[in-house]
Amino acid sequence: MSTIVSLPDQSTAALPKRNYLNAEHGLLSWLLTGDHKRIAMLYLISITGFFFLGGAFAGLVRLELLTPAGDLLAADTYNKMFTMHGIVMIFLFLVPSVPATLGNFLIPIMIGAKDLAFPKINLLSWYLYLVGGTFTLTALVLGGVDTGWTFTTPLSTHYLNTHVITTGLAIFVAGFSSIFTGLNFIVTIHRMRAPGMTWFRMPLFVWSNYAASILMVLGTPVLAIAIVLVVLERTVGLGVFDPSKGGDPLLFQHLFWFYSHPAVYIMILPGMGVISEVIANFSRKRVFGYTAVAFSSVAIAVFGFFVWAHHMFIMGVSNYSALVFSLLTMLVAVPSAIKIFNWSATLYKGSITFETPMLYAFGFIGLFTIGGLTGVFLGSLGMDIHLTETYFIVAHFHFVMVGGMLMAFLAGIHFWWPKMTGRMYPESLSKLAAVTTFIGFILTFFPQFILGYLGMPRRYHAYPADYQVLNVLSTAGATVLGVGYLLPILYLAWSLKYGEIAGSNPWQATGLEWQLQSPPVTENFTEIPYVDYEAYDFEWLAHKQKQEVTTVG
Amino acid sequence: MVVTQPGDLHEEHEHEHVHLPQHRHHFETEEQQREAASFGMWLFLLTEIMFFGGLFMAYLLYRNWYNPAFVAASHTLSIKLGALNTAILITSGFCMAMAVWAAETRKRKALVNFLGLTNFFGIAFLVVKYFEYAEKWHDSHIPGLKFSIADFGKLGVDMAQKTQVYYSLYFAMTGMHALHMIIGIVLIFWYMVRANRGEFTEGYVAPIENFGLYWHFVDIVWIFLFPLLYLIDLGAK
Ligand code: HEM
Ligand SMILES: [Cu+2]
Repeated sequence: MSTIVSLPDQSTAALPKRNYLNAEHGLLSWLLTGDHKRIAMLYLISITGFFFLGGAFAGLVRLELLTPAGDLLAADTYNKMFTMHGIVMIFLFLVPSVPATLGNFLIPIMIGAKDLAFPKINLLSWYLYLVGGTFTLTALVLGGVDTGWTFTTPLSTHYLNTHVITTGLAIFVAGFSSIFTGLNFIVTIHRMRAPGMTWFRMPLFVWSNYAASILMVLGTPVLAIAIVLVVLERTVGLGVFDPSKGGDPLLFQHLFWFYSHPAVYIMILPGMGVISEVIANFSRKRVFGYTAVAFSSVAIAVFGFFVWAHHMFIMGVSNYSALVFSLLTMLVAVPSAIKIFNWSATLYKGSITFETPMLYAFGFIGLFTIGGLTGVFLGSLGMDIHLTETYFIVAHFHFVMVGGMLMAFLAGIHFWWPKMTGRMYPESLSKLAAVTTFIGFILTFFPQFILGYLGMPRRYHAYPADYQVLNVLSTAGATVLGVGYLLPILYLAWSLKYGEIAGSNPWQATGLEWQLQSPPVTENFTEIPYVDYEAYDFEWLAHKQKQEVTTVG
Repeated sequence: MVVTQPGDLHEEHEHEHVHLPQHRHHFETEEQQREAASFGMWLFLLTEIMFFGGLFMAYLLYRNWYNPAFVAASHTLSIKLGALNTAILITSGFCMAMAVWAAETRKRKALVNFLGLTNFFGIAFLVVKYFEYAEKWHDSHIPGLKFSIADFGKLGVDMAQKTQVYYSLYFAMTGMHALHMIIGIVLIFWYMVRANRGEFTEGYVAPIENFGLYWHFVDIVWIFLFPLLYLIDLGAK
């Protein structure tokens, strides 16, 4: 194994003749594919679809809140709208977004493997995702659910006669999709790394997906069983959560949040991985404190399991345990802060350029930091009791998930778009979209912090007239934000046909994925690479580029 | 650092060595494939532990709160049938272990037979379970569908009501366990067909080994369920 092949010619004016996109033809070849890259594309399309569906619900909710009177939607329709919005966004968008699309596409390539360990299970994951999505839509068509995305008992088991069972099934099935994705990643990362690709040479994107996978594998089954029990209570009347039979509704919350708090990190960790890659590349430096950043992902995963009870401060958890959980909740902020510090240190004295992915990455850091800090407010007991169930919460989690995760998702899509499709997107439009998203976001959600602080409760379709100005601002912001999200869809689709040919490494990035042609061939590597350099070794890259001619060693 | 650019697809498939048809070409070696499969199975079982873990946690909690109700309700179960089922399941676990051995030593006939025996005992387990469930139905001990606390008068109405939690958990836990058995049994039939064709006795044993792990896991869950549900206060008196 000693032939060194020079980096492929950047100036080729056409896409590579043979690549994973044209390896086989016809719809069936896609629907039955085992290629992780094709499955990633299938996910990308379906996830985007659900994102805009969830966005449409958000739009309706925001329109209703334009005026103080509950005039556009009846109270129960409103409840159904925000429930569907939450369910679609959480389970069908946020949880799978980065892992299932970018993770699927990149993880095998980044560690020098030809595919994920279990290609068929990978395809199965996608089908399970679709089945889950279909159930959700079915529930919607049949009349919707209005429990909120948290399915709180006994509301969900006894009082609401909407389609809890169908939705429960949806989440159960989608949950298995996520379990299988996580399982596939873990096995692949453990067993399929190319020779020389040690744990501490792996890109941080791989680390963060690894940590998220641990959460998926350990947390999701607990959600699954909680949902099974809810369904059994509704159908045959078993009574694990039913007080009249001796059960305790609070137990449901414990089981639910045991998953759903870590789920926040399932959603955010892969996004942090994207940010690490983007920042390293556009400041052309190895991520400062690489090991600390890698371990902080794992630390977040571990701590993530110990904080769930902060969701139950107001529900009669004992003072003592509330105190412990409050402290633990603060603790989980530490590894996130480590990441933020290390990214800043990476930027410091880096040769920074502001390409589109970098703009989104800056958006991520800003918004996620605000979201995280307000989370610390909420983690402290006294504040939580004042702010819980107000718009402060709504603003907080939108800052973390939408401001954080979605920015990261867009950063990643833009960064690896040339690799996935072989073409560039239009530069100025994409920058415009990034800025629009950022402004729209702030305008939408910042007023909600104030609303919450002033005491506007969430989950009501009408509110006192005093709150109107801020609500109008928020709805206006949502419109801008909507435009910011639509733009990329349009120009990315456009670029598929008309975009400039990207060449194998348009960013001059390191990492195995950039050594392959764009788009890569089905099996990624004809010969498994031997890796003898650290991640983000930009000097190595510069050196390689000078060496036009191949050497034999 | 060596990265080769893609050559022709067809060339890629011409490895120098001959390998089993089951060897998937994204693995470098068969050993790697086997390790990956087994690691994957262990991880899957870990998710199963978490899945049942939710139920066990509920059990521990309620048993602490309503101990008298749990003890009284557990007395309505038949320890004899439970013990019989434990024996049946251990036997089937033994047969499964033998099936794995047969696959590894490349004995096709023996593999098919041991799989058949495993299945026989698996089904026997479910038959016994069926009689137990039928008895609960007859005694009106099924929360939600058919329940009366007549048998638990001694506890006082309040505590007697709590037996419903016990039965809820009993049905949820044994039901989940039975569901796992059913899935296993269906899979075994499928493996028998394939074993008969000689698929697992040519050196490609990973599916049988991994299925063996699954089956043992299901056994072990029962080994926990039996004392927790049937023998709650054995030795307490
Ligand atoms: C386009 C921008 C968005 C707007 C204008 C928006 C607006 C809203 C509003 C008004 C609510 C209802 C708050 C309440 O009454 O409690 C809500 C809830 C929620 N949103 Fe969004 N949202 C947007 C995007 C997203 C995204 C992208 C996600 C996740 C990826 C998300 C996740 C959630 C969740 C989980 C809830 C809670 C639902 C529940 O209470 O059951 N939102 N959103
Ligand atoms: Cu939480």
